[in-house]
Amino acid sequence: MAKDLLLEIGLEEVPARFVRAAMDQLKDKTEKWLDGSRIGYKEVRAFATPRRLAVLVTGLADRQADVSEEVKGPARKIALDEAGGWSKAALGFARSQGVEPEALFFKELSGVEYVYANKSSVGVDTASLLPDALPSLATSLTFPKNMRWGSWELRYIRPIRWLVALHGSEVVPFEIAGVETGRTTRGHRFLGADATIEEPAQYVGKLREQHVIADVEERKAAIVNGIDGLAAERGWKIAVKEDLLEEVLFLVETPTVLYGTFDPSFLNIPQEVLITSMREHQRYFPVLNAEGKLQPYFVTVRNGDAMSLDVVAKGNEKVLRARLSDAKFFYEEDQKVAIPDFLAKLENIVYHEELGTVADKVRRIRDVANKLARKLRADESAQAGVDRAAELCKFDLVTQMVYEFPELQGIMGEDYARKAGEKEAVARAINEHYSPRNAGDTPPESLVGAIVGIADKLDTIVGCFSIGIVPTGSQDPYALRRQAAGIVSTLLARELELPLPELFQLALETLAAARPLKREAYDVLRDLNEFFALRVKNVLADQQIRYDVADAVLSAGCADVRRTLLRAKALQDESEGARKEAFRPAVDSFNRVCNLAAKADESRQIDASLFADPAEGALYEAWQKAHGTYAKAVNEAKLEEALAALSALNGPISGFFEAVMVMAEDEAIRRNRLSLLANIADDVKSFADFSKWVG
Amino acid sequence: MAKMNFQQMTLTLQQFWAEQNCIVVQPYDVEKGAGTMNPMTFLRAIGPEPWNVAYVEPSRRPADGRYGENPNRLYQHHQFQVIMKPSPDNIQELYLESLNRLGINPRHHDIRFVEDNWENPSLGCAGLGWEVWLDGMEITQFTYFQQVGGIDCHPVSAEITYGMERLASYIQDKENVYDLEWVNGVRYGDVFKHPEYEHSKYTFEVSDAAMLFQLFSTYEAEAKRAMDENLVFPAYDYVLKCSHTFNLLDARGAVSVTERTGYIGRVRNLARQVAATFLQERERLGFPLLKKGVEIDG
Repeated sequence: MAKDLLLEIGLEEVPARFVRAAMDQLKDKTEKWLDGSRIGYKEVRAFATPRRLAVLVTGLADRQADVSEEVKGPARKIALDEAGGWSKAALGFARSQGVEPEALFFKELSGVEYVYANKSSVGVDTASLLPDALPSLATSLTFPKNMRWGSWELRYIRPIRWLVALHGSEVVPFEIAGVETGRTTRGHRFLGADATIEEPAQYVGKLREQHVIADVEERKAAIVNGIDGLAAERGWKIAVKEDLLEEVLFLVETPTVLYGTFDPSFLNIPQEVLITSMREHQRYFPVLNAEGKLQPYFVTVRNGDAMSLDVVAKGNEKVLRARLSDAKFFYEEDQKVAIPDFLAKLENIVYHEELGTVADKVRRIRDVANKLARKLRADESAQAGVDRAAELCKFDLVTQMVYEFPELQGIMGEDYARKAGEKEAVARAINEHYSPRNAGDTPPESLVGAIVGIADKLDTIVGCFSIGIVPTGSQDPYALRRQAAGIVSTLLARELELPLPELFQLALETLAAARPLKREAYDVLRDLNEFFALRVKNVLADQQIRYDVADAVLSAGCADVRRTLLRAKALQDESEGARKEAFRPAVDSFNRVCNLAAKADESRQIDASLFADPAEGALYEAWQKAHGTYAKAVNEAKLEEALAALSALNGPISGFFEAVMVMAEDEAIRRNRLSLLANIADDVKSFADFSKWVG
Repeated sequence: MAKMNFQQMTLTLQQFWAEQNCIVVQPYDVEKGAGTMNPMTFLRAIGPEPWNVAYVEPSRRPADGRYGENPNRLYQHHQFQVIMKPSPDNIQELYLESLNRLGINPRHHDIRFVEDNWENPSLGCAGLGWEVWLDGMEITQFTYFQQVGGIDCHPVSAEITYGMERLASYIQDKENVYDLEWVNGVRYGDVFKHPEYEHSKYTFEVSDAAMLFQLFSTYEAEAKRAMDENLVFPAYDYVLKCSHTFNLLDARGAVSVTERTGYIGRVRNLARQVAATFLQERERLGFPLLKKGVEIDG
């Protein structure tokens, strides 16, 4: 008869950010163990709160399933010795399979006879496996940070304080780090008491009686309902960020939503400061009115019931008051300092020992940004804006506010710059140049912000590469991948005509002018090209470009990021549905042309007087026309037209191949024909390597 | 229950932890930034010998000085420090009971253990644990030491550090630290406002950087000399003096960013050497406290 199984690991408060992953791991490892051990079950459910990780298996089979299988051993001639008895090899095989030699038998496989064993094992009682299996399951969980406690050697996320292990109504006996299993769980720290569990199925209910909601989704729903109820009742919009909700979910066993208030005079501080202080420091949810304006309230979730909620609210208000008073103080103090004085302080902040101070970095950013602005032919006011924004882009790093709230870098710079009378475009760019700040964020909206942002990120990446800090595997301490992706997405979003190799060259020259390079420029540039090619590939994947299309297009290089994406999109359009088959003959022609073109010399010279067949002249004429159209279309970033111009060559190419033998005996004619093909191939290959197109 | 004054709070915690078999000692008489740096913690957390201790530690943070004008920040604040080695199984429950003794009934509050891993690189220390929140306010740092002075801790000590001013401002419902009642009508400000002002003025305006640099080197040399004689406790006193001297220099703005790393490294090296020598000396003595028959369990 099937029974249920319960394992609960009782812990001191587990860091909120690790709980869900640990719960998923426990479920996953339980299922893997059951499957691997051939123990049937109906369902595995996992539970987690700050103080417990648990797994409940329903319908656990009483016995392992029996198995029976034929296992192949050595060939007959090796299995028998000269006297016709079992050889050492055969005896060893029998032993390894746990059968008596008499039970071995022969069977033919592809004309050769082999010795076989019938290996069957009879399943054992599940109950007999649990005392070993459950403790290894519990201790097999891995965590990002482990600790020891007391005199025990075990390393775990937090100390284990109790263990419940029940198979049906029986306790499964084992111990981990001095804690013995039993049937007693602990309730909510302050509202509940210990509870005895008779049967695994009682787990959720017994804990509920002790004020613990063990089911994660149920607890989450309780928090969300509480927040929604409060919002409806008060006519608020409560800004619930998913990651904060997740953290709060694993800070409480019984949630009660409450709100508090703060002095409206604090609303004079920039909204981002208030929100950061509430969210990051206090884990509060900010409150907005229907128009989205911040209100002098906050919402928090208590780990407990509604008793003395006013005391809890009052305590939280007191803490927030102190925090906001600090913020207000810093905000006012910062504004007493002139921007040039902040800039002077940057001379004393080391950016990186081998890359100088932050002031050094700012000088490089400014230099590169100005050059980029000129390259892009930005108008005069934009050029002036870039110069000033680049100069000011890091001054807020030495303000008291950013020292206290590092995540407000840029945001404070914008606010202070505006208050100090800087131009709007400059103030905005100081904030924008950090964008995109994370994977979901958008690139700078303004041209000035985009240029300064590219210059800053470029200096970081090129600087790091120049001293040998190149991301490998999971190692990317300076988040260089994110910054490179930021450059790529900015180039795309703002449609900036800045080829990557030119950017690298520019940043590297600027760096080299300030301090001798530690690595060869050639090596640094090679690494940068490889590194960015991968980032562009990721961007193509994000844009739903098929992998073969991406590979084909990237083979033609990605110096111009924007045109690389447009090439990919044009090719992808031809690769879908009915258009695919219509396009295939053109691809076949391209590939044939490119294959033969490999045999051509470098001259690319075509002599029309050597044409022996009208098809040659026709192709030459078609290509001359196509070449002009292609170059113009590429220049205008109309990559569909460019591809169409190439595709139009399909007919003349086919006609050419039908009419002439490329590898003619006459060397001059042969070279002339190969040269014609090579000229066409040059255009084709500048679009994509079509041999990588799968179709 | 009447709201406890500062003095009652200290006495209550001393009494409570004395009942848990902690020896109650007096503050250590060398300047330091935190109770952890007291040799009763820093040295005694090293090695196999059991150790349970509780004390108040006046902790100096020169850079936090605000001339007695800021309601929350102080040149010198008070920590109440508890070390239990090995960490008992019910250490969290003991801590919560101590709050109860201070008149903080958890049923009327929201008490949480929020992840906070503690590191003090200049002493080669690292631990895992929490900050304890009382209605959103951090009142205690709760740490299981994993490493001290670069040495792995076996067994592990639990360290509980109560921020006394924070706790008192909550218990007495005061916004300004100087309004706290120390005892019977004597306010915190009556006792500490004047020294707060003078220490801030000295730290930021008057201190003699050249002399302090010289002192740092002198203390460092003396620490090494004492260590050469295997005199761990005197050597450690000079390490503490180095650390405080550095903090004064840092607050004065006399240490450039590049030099900073170098000075912290010098203090760390000394601290590591002292820790290693202490362990050797205790071993040479045969770890006397192990023989006292104090039971070590999980």
